[in-house]
Amino acid sequence: MSKLRPDLQIIADNISPKARVLDIGCGDGALMAALRDQKQVDARGLEIEPANVASAVSKGLSVVQGDADTDLSAYPDGSFDYAILSQTLQTTHRPDVIIDELLRIGKQAFVSFPNFAHWRVRMSLLFGGRMPVTRLLPQTWYDTPNIHHVTIDDFRALVRDGSLEQEGQWFLSGDKQTGKAMANLFAEHAVFLLRR
Amino acid sequence: MSEDERFGLDKRVRLLGPLPLDSGSALAPVELGYETYGTLNADASNAILICHALTGDQYVASTHPVTGKDGWWTRMVGPGKPVDTDRHFIICVNVIGSCMGSSGPATINPATEQPWGMEFPVLTIADMVRAQALLLDHLGIECLHAVIGGSMGGMQAINWTTLYPERVKSAVVIASAARHSAQNIAFHEVGRQAIMADPRWRGGAYYADDDPPSSGLAVARMAAHITYLSEAGLTEKFGRRLQDRESKTFGFDADFQVESYLRHQGISFVDRFDANSYLYITRAMDYFDLAEAYGGTLAHAFKGSKTRFCLISFDTDWLYPTSESRTIVHALNAAGAAASFVELSSAFGHDSFLLKNPEMNRIVDGFLKAGENT
Repeated sequence: MSKLRPDLQIIADNISPKARVLDIGCGDGALMAALRDQKQVDARGLEIEPANVASAVSKGLSVVQGDADTDLSAYPDGSFDYAILSQTLQTTHRPDVIIDELLRIGKQAFVSFPNFAHWRVRMSLLFGGRMPVTRLLPQTWYDTPNIHHVTIDDFRALVRDGSLEQEGQWFLSGDKQTGKAMANLFAEHAVFLLRR
Repeated sequence: MSEDERFGLDKRVRLLGPLPLDSGSALAPVELGYETYGTLNADASNAILICHALTGDQYVASTHPVTGKDGWWTRMVGPGKPVDTDRHFIICVNVIGSCMGSSGPATINPATEQPWGMEFPVLTIADMVRAQALLLDHLGIECLHAVIGGSMGGMQAINWTTLYPERVKSAVVIASAARHSAQNIAFHEVGRQAIMADPRWRGGAYYADDDPPSSGLAVARMAAHITYLSEAGLTEKFGRRLQDRESKTFGFDADFQVESYLRHQGISFVDRFDANSYLYITRAMDYFDLAEAYGGTLAHAFKGSKTRFCLISFDTDWLYPTSESRTIVHALNAAGAAASFVELSSAFGHDSFLLKNPEMNRIVDGFLKAGENT
């Protein structure tokens, strides 16, 4: 069993067995395969990169090539127990609309994203004066797919403004979980579990 | 099982029928030409049906009796291939309406003891599928591990899942659509008119004199062949290069390589295909609209479906473009069906599904194997 990315491991640990799951931006299907094999989850995926879709399908997973910005509307209301959006929110055209869609399709939604207010990012901008390039945000400003950078506090505000329920939150520094205190400064990466 | 007379290459069977048709008439008897490959396992659970395209036939992985060429999909079907003759039991049937051993306009009408000609009933894709189901009954196969097809074969594959949902565990639909578009119908009408404008067509009654409308059929094939390719593919293959000459002739010979190629495609086609079959099969494709029987909502066709679906399209295919596959995928998602879909890159337009494409093979291989583990 290959090791899951830490944010995906958190999501996998917190999904109930035999759930119905839609993984949006599922990559090569690593999380879906783990959920299927370890928790008998009925997992479906949406992924934009053809090579990733091919890899996922060749693992026997049900993954369709598509774009979170345009292809979510076909999924009926409440058709999944969980909708998952891992490291994809910041690449979408309208993250607020996408979160609405997640909670329309799924009863609950996992959202994970790199925190743009992590101290290393802040230092990079403050002292370097250039757009930060870090481990979790490795691209330069002109070729990054991350068109909506977001901080943990920004995300909390969006959740609050949308009157959404926060059912869980997890924070990662390096590949280890870190505390909730001052997460906006010390967490590189956040995972939220939401409900309407 | 290998001793069973029903299994093997170049088989013919005459089933009593009658086969009720969508048009309201019925076909009896039902003659079917087919081939099987591999060995049916003890519980008959390893059967895969391959559905062929408009001008295809049952010789999917064996030498064609007329052209002497290899089977049309040996890249996909064979020992160690995604559709594995060592692992699967594979069936490929000539569609009814065609001309390679199955009932069609060139076969004998029992009422008149003459070739059917235009008296042959007009068919639909669903009629073709029901005829295939008759053959599976005859072969003792209740449930297919998979049904696989490209282009018109994909239409049959997807129609299998709605007509016989309990008989199909998985479906692979490549470079296809859930309905024929106005453009698809328009191209087919050009082909049909070319055939019917040939004075030798004579209302379809040309069999007795053995003098078929070859010129019309060749033109139909030439026009259709353009739609199977892409502009980039044509440019890459031929450009504006001249055929066996240094300069233009200022005449109407095939000066350009692309003209020579199309003429060759037309001329070689008429040796292996019946003009009336071309009329009937293109008509069946034009009538195809899977959503029609479901109030126009495609998702209703797949309601409660337990079948696993795998759809593949090609980025340069403008005959059955990706948007047509995506329409099916959206309907499958809306119905909650287990669907996979990918658009692959290829320079060769609609014909890509017949050509070498390792990514397509990898996907089909993984998709089929996943269904065997459960």
